[in-house]
This record gives sequence, C-alpha cells and structure tokens, in this order.
Amino acid sequence: MLESVIYILTNIPLLMKGVWMAVQITVLSVLLGMVIGIAVAFLRIYGSKNMRRLVSFYEWVFRGIPQLVLLFIVYFGLPGIGINLSPFLCVVIGLGLCSSAYQAQIYRGAILSIGSEQMEAGLSLGLSKTRTLFYVILPQAVRLSLPGFTNEFTIVLKDSPLAYAVGIAEILKYGRDLIVSSFRPFEIYLAAALIYFVLFQLFYYLFKAIASRYQVPGYIISGE
Amino acid sequence: MPLVRIENISKSFGKNRVLDGITFDIEPGAVKVIIGPSGTGKSTLLRCINMLAPPDSGKIWLQDTEITAPHTDLIKIRQKIGMVFQHFALFKHLRAVDNVALGLHRVKKMNRSDAYEKAKQNLQKVGMQDHGDKYPAQLSGGQQQRVGIARALAMDPLLMLFDEPTSALDPELIGEVLMVMQKLALEGMTMVCVTHEMGFAKSVANEIIFMEGGHILEASPPAEMFNNPRNERTRSFLHKINELYGESK
Repeated sequence: MLESVIYILTNIPLLMKGVWMAVQITVLSVLLGMVIGIAVAFLRIYGSKNMRRLVSFYEWVFRGIPQLVLLFIVYFGLPGIGINLSPFLCVVIGLGLCSSAYQAQIYRGAILSIGSEQMEAGLSLGLSKTRTLFYVILPQAVRLSLPGFTNEFTIVLKDSPLAYAVGIAEILKYGRDLIVSSFRPFEIYLAAALIYFVLFQLFYYLFKAIASRYQVPGYIISGE
Repeated sequence: MPLVRIENISKSFGKNRVLDGITFDIEPGAVKVIIGPSGTGKSTLLRCINMLAPPDSGKIWLQDTEITAPHTDLIKIRQKIGMVFQHFALFKHLRAVDNVALGLHRVKKMNRSDAYEKAKQNLQKVGMQDHGDKYPAQLSGGQQQRVGIARALAMDPLLMLFDEPTSALDPELIGEVLMVMQKLALEGMTMVCVTHEMGFAKSVANEIIFMEGGHILEASPPAEMFNNPRNERTRSFLHKINELYGESK
C-alpha cells in the first residue's frame, strides 16, 4: 500500500511533462469555442431570419456529435480535402467546434436574460445599437455567463485526454509510456487522475476569483 | 411652432393595429398625460416619438426635422428626447453615477471628469447625491427611478417621455418620484407621461389625452376632462380609475 503511494508520488513528475500540453489544448480549444460561440449567440439573437436558422443548425449538429468522432473526422478527413494540419491543431479544432456549440448556448442564455429594456435604454440615450451592445449588453452578458463558462472550461479540460487518440504527448501518453516499462497501470492512471483533479481545482478557483472580482452587489452571484 | 408634431401615425404588431391614426402637437413647456386602458398603444406611442418603435405610416417632426424620414440621424434625435422606463432600465452593472455619466461621456463626448461632475449635479436634482456609488440592486424602486430620471435629464433633452414611471413601485415610493416629476414640470420641461396617477395629472398636466383602441378619443385640459368628460368611454374609464385608486384630489 505504502509502496504504491510512493510509486504514484515518484511518477507524478514524469507525467507532469504532459500537463503543459493538456493546458494548451484546453485553453486554445475553449478560446476557439468562445470566439465562434459568441458570434453564434449574437447571430442567433440579432441576425436575419436565415442567419438565425443557419446558426441554430450549426449548434444542433455540433452538440449531437461525440467529441472523439468529431476529432477523428477532422484528423482523418481534412487531409482528404487537401488540408494538412498538425495533430495538435486537429485536436484544438475538434474540441473547439464541439465546445462552441455549448458556449453559444451559455452566451445566448445570458444575453436573453438581460432583457430588451436595457437595449432600449441605451438607444434612448443616443448610443447606437453596436455601442449599446458593447457598453451595456456585453459587460452584463460576460458576468452572467461566467458560471456556465467555468463549467464548460472544466468539461473541455476533462475532454483534453482525447488528444491521446491522435498520438499527442499529453498526460495519458506519458502514462502509457511508463506503463509499458513498469506494468503498473493502476498506479500510473491514479497518478494521472490526481493531476487532472488538481488542475481542475486550480482553474475552478481561478474562475471563481475572477467572478467575485467582477461581481456587482446584489445582481450577479458568482457561480457554484 | 410646436416642439413635436405627430401627424396621423399608425403602427401594427402583426395583425394587431396598436396605433390607428394618432395626431397631436406638443408645444414647448407642455405637460401631456396620456391615460387609457392597458393595451391601447400608450407605450407604443411614446416609443414612436423617439423612434424606438418607428410608426408604419404617418409623420413625426421634432422642431423642423422630420424624424420619420428615412436616413434621419436617430442618434442625434434621441439625444434630445429623454426616456424614463416603467422598470427603470438602469444599467445593472454600473453604479448610479456611472449610469448618469455614460451618455455624457460616450454620446456627448464630454471628458470623464466633466461628465462625472455633471452626473453628480443631476443626481442632486433628484435628491440622489448621497447614493451615487451604489449599484441599482442596492437602491429602492423609487430611488432607482429617480436615477433613471437623472440619467435622461443629464443629456439636456428638449422633451422627456415617461412610460408608466410609477406603476412598478410600492405605494409608499410613488410620492418621491412624482415630486421630482412635478418639480421638472414647474421648471418648464416639456413632458409626455403615460400614467395612472390622476392626482399628478390633475395638478401638473396642461392636457389629458384619453386613448383607446389605438385612437385618441378625447383630449382636453384636466379640469374639463375630470369634471365634464364628453366621451362615454372616458367617463367610465375615469370612474373605474377612481374606484381603484380612490378619488383623486
């Protein structure tokens, strides 16, 4: 028992080499998902009728495909149409597209809960629609979507081991290499779990700190 | 010359014709109170005047600008027309003083310190100078509405629109808002108010406009409207209002 614990602890530094990769994949995927997700959310609310249809079709498709399948489609499909990307970029695109559909829903819900009177109030002061979005709607939408965003970020973090499937050297891949030489999969995977758990907590508290930093008294409660 | 001329405007939402040929003038310094059953287009009429809800047909002039004409610079027009909302519509992520300063800084392009100086002066006008640092959620409804009035007032509008400014308030908070409105009227501000506060209408308005079904059924000075309503519908509406809110003094 004690020996296992010691074995886990001594192997954590070796797995740590994969942590940076896992963080990179997570942050970039979430950022890609955020850019597309915000655009999709705004288009679904403020876009023309056809645009609204198009983006809700987009959401519907990408929420319905498992990440691993989407990842393989990107990884094996893009070279078929002449686009050769590194496995790393394929992972970011696959996870990012999937996350964008979920993030779009988070932002859309936040924007809708702000209410049309806020837009009217901005316009009535002589702000344009775009400037009202920027000064009035966006700052509130960001605060309202932080709890949902935190949740989505941690979900993407926990999906990042899928990168292993296309041969990227992240935490699981280093673990696999150790198992090949040591034949102690249980301890190695426990060590990997421990690393992910700590990563999860770090990001969770980071976002919680951000939420309370920008919290407006009596208005938006930082998410649990 | 009237400040605002409204000529035969109509507006529909789907098949529902909310405004059906409304015509009236607003003279500078006039205080008009619009009354009528709910769903008769009173709020929509206000939103036509600042083009938040442009009419389908008809024309509106602000001074000598036809604001319903295509390509009118609505950004410019709306700066001259203040609006106070039923549910206050304060920017919830900003303090009271930021709410008032936003338009001055971002629309009127005043520098930051001038904008905040003017914002504080306007908060003082509505008796909210001690609450500038509070967020809307930390204020009572009456206080929020007074900040809403200060926010509109700070832009130095030619005209103020009030969309049921007290109907979302607890009864004991209505007085403080009405007092601010009364003071504004006495200072000569041109005002159009949708309200059920008959006491306010009687003491402050120059003209009461009774609307129903998208039409103006009757428009006359308060004394005439309350003592001798010509229209049968006006009479029964005023009777109901009196029953609900008590005989207005």
